[in-house]
Amino acid sequence: MLVMQGIVKQFPGVRALDGVDLDVRAGEVHCLLGQNGAGKSTLIKVLAGVHQPDEGTIQFDGKEVRPTSPIDAIRLGFATIYQELDLVDGLSVAENIFLGHEHARLGFTNRAAANRAAAEVLDRLGHPDIRPSTEVGRLSPAAKQVVSMARALSHEARLIIMDEPSAALAHDEVANLFRIIRELTAQGVAVVYISHRLEEIRDIGDRVTVLKDGRTVAVGLPARDTPTSRIVSLMTGRNVEYVFPARGGRELGDEVLRVENLSARGVFSDVSFSVRAGEIVGLAGLVGSGRSEILEAVYGARPASGRVLLSGKQVRRGVVGTVKHGMGLAPEERKAQALLLDQSVTANITLGTLPEFARFGWIDRKRERAEARRLSEMLSIRPPDPERPIRTLSGGNQQKAVLARWLLGGRRLLLLDEPTRGVDVGARAELYAVIHDLAKQGIGVLLVSSEVPEVLGLADRVLVLREGRVIHEGDAAGLDEHRVLDMIMNGKAA
Amino acid sequence: MSEPTKSQAPAATGRAGPIRGTVPVLRGVGEMRHLGLLAALAILIVVGLVTRPDNFATTSNLISILSLAATIGVITVGATFVIIGGGIDLSVGAVMALASVWATTLATQSYGPVVMAICAILVGTGAGLVNGWLIAYGRLVPFIATLAMLVAARGLAQRMSDRRTQLIQAENSAIVDLSTSRVLGIPLLVYIFALVVVLGWILLNRTTFGRRTYAVGGNPEAARLAGIDVRRHTMLLYALSGMCCGIAAILIMARTTTGSSTHGDLYELDAIAAVIIGGTLLTGGRGTIIGSILGLLIFTLITNLFILNGLNTSDQLIAKGLIIVVAVLLQRRNLKERSP
Repeated sequence: MLVMQGIVKQFPGVRALDGVDLDVRAGEVHCLLGQNGAGKSTLIKVLAGVHQPDEGTIQFDGKEVRPTSPIDAIRLGFATIYQELDLVDGLSVAENIFLGHEHARLGFTNRAAANRAAAEVLDRLGHPDIRPSTEVGRLSPAAKQVVSMARALSHEARLIIMDEPSAALAHDEVANLFRIIRELTAQGVAVVYISHRLEEIRDIGDRVTVLKDGRTVAVGLPARDTPTSRIVSLMTGRNVEYVFPARGGRELGDEVLRVENLSARGVFSDVSFSVRAGEIVGLAGLVGSGRSEILEAVYGARPASGRVLLSGKQVRRGVVGTVKHGMGLAPEERKAQALLLDQSVTANITLGTLPEFARFGWIDRKRERAEARRLSEMLSIRPPDPERPIRTLSGGNQQKAVLARWLLGGRRLLLLDEPTRGVDVGARAELYAVIHDLAKQGIGVLLVSSEVPEVLGLADRVLVLREGRVIHEGDAAGLDEHRVLDMIMNGKAA
Repeated sequence: MSEPTKSQAPAATGRAGPIRGTVPVLRGVGEMRHLGLLAALAILIVVGLVTRPDNFATTSNLISILSLAATIGVITVGATFVIIGGGIDLSVGAVMALASVWATTLATQSYGPVVMAICAILVGTGAGLVNGWLIAYGRLVPFIATLAMLVAARGLAQRMSDRRTQLIQAENSAIVDLSTSRVLGIPLLVYIFALVVVLGWILLNRTTFGRRTYAVGGNPEAARLAGIDVRRHTMLLYALSGMCCGIAAILIMARTTTGSSTHGDLYELDAIAAVIIGGTLLTGGRGTIIGSILGLLIFTLITNLFILNGLNTSDQLIAKGLIIVVAVLLQRRNLKERSP
């Protein structure tokens, strides 16, 4: 029904899709697998009309199509259900389902007709219990997903793309989701299903396409009986060059961080570990495994029970306290959580330790600039002008500025969440070297990355997380990418 | 038209070499992006000179412009902080009225002019703290919290004064002297205004408090994760705005020799308009004191020109409305050109 051939999508500095083929048959559940950065999201966005491919063809029902906008894609019969559901909380179920194509005459909505039609669609999805007049904000995540699917159906969608639909769902809700998917496929609707959970793919999927580095590495494998080891090996062994600094040359000192029985309901539970001075500890796991949340909890930015000790002393909860005690966080979303984009590189670097540059609140701007200049030279931030607005720098250099922020004021522990996200290969190597140097100076580093080779290459010790629990802890040297992926996808400590 | 100059100037600096001209934190007084505002001001002055050569450029007219600008000007300084910090304060006019009433009750007046002034400042700061507490710790939306304060402070002022205008008594005329005594021909209250502007500029551009204001308004999450106590800072911003209202209350008492619950009606709108015309983003994180003051002077000059030329006050409001729209449209163009 849908045939994509040789799709190429180029972004500045990255070839996100580099010749992807996909063919989806009517009435099947086609699973898309691949590590983070393999190109899954970009591929979905091409189908959803958000991105236009630079090369390649898309055929639908034998006709060549080219969705140029989301509306266009919907008209073609493609519906996309994103991970973050795009529903309007303040509107009713029926209003959400028909958003954009309301039952209306001369601009007046016909509420009764909309409610009737919505009830019909919900009924078809096996959910007569969801009332069309209910406000969407009051629904559970599972019910919201049903509404999203009802919206897709109301557009007479023939191809539904689901991006990690089970991530927000509890176990029994997943079963219901699968039931709906089966009903849809029985009616001839095709589903493109993206998930990291192999057991789900075995349960619901018909065929599997594997992506790696923006390329298709396997097309149409049978979902039920392709051995796990084959799927994992297709996904791994990425061609990206990772240049890690040589291990060693570092002395491990005293324990800087001890975490005891850290738990946050529904996110992670009973997490305990420690980090020594000069040590790099990596957390490996999927999105939703609790890895970023654990970092935030250690940093005091998220409530959790359990104890966090810094150099043996329990720290006061809250970021103001942990920063004062010598912690620093380079958060996952650089632009949203770390940077003041309008401000200069200098102002961004000194943001976390401003009082050290001030007497009675008066900023010593000479000293501030000198320090910023020294650090930006040390980390070779380019261009070498700390007075520039940080928004004009590349992602890698912005990230260096975030790291530079925490080189000030005698940090003892750095928490790095996806430090190389959106950073090109060359700059990555530099960042790895910087992180390594920091540890050499005796700072403890806690690292989160969704790229397994990065965790293995940088960290001394690795904790593998799955669904909020530590399932393995051990030396990085004793692990390889294959084993770690196997653990985080299958849940077995191999 | 003055505006084209304005839109081009920042764009030009945005492209050329080291982009120093566009970093608000480190900016000084003579910044390029104020050129447009200065040009608009210059044009208004020329219009004044041409239409009323007889009485526009007189000392008494210029002094009346500055005295008029002084009261709202002090409020505008506080409002600039709040808006750069990502908030809004609608209660400024009402809080000023309350402070003027509280400071001119017979009970307060019996303690003399110094206590009256301190009283006005404390009342203003107190109201600001309440605003700030509700917003930062009570998690109310700034618009709602300060709207509630606007209504309530006005009501409290009416209750305290019994809706009567309270005269400043002869023995406390030191307050009134602020508007009548002159140094170098300029009334003292204009100096107070200038002092508040200078102190505000220093606070915003040279201290940790100012830097944090930009951070909290520009990206509250980044500020929080950098270890800044965002809630406390937010509360202090509203307290600062309230304090400015208290100072403004002293100035209006000096000018009118009264304290009244009707003082400062719609001042919040003039103050916010001045801040916006001055280039401060309502979304926070960006803006300057100088810009706000220039915006305010433009507004005050327009009022003055309309009065001098005997024009309809309704037309004056229409002109002001147009200016706000034009200024914001031009700023949006600048923003687009600046971002890569």
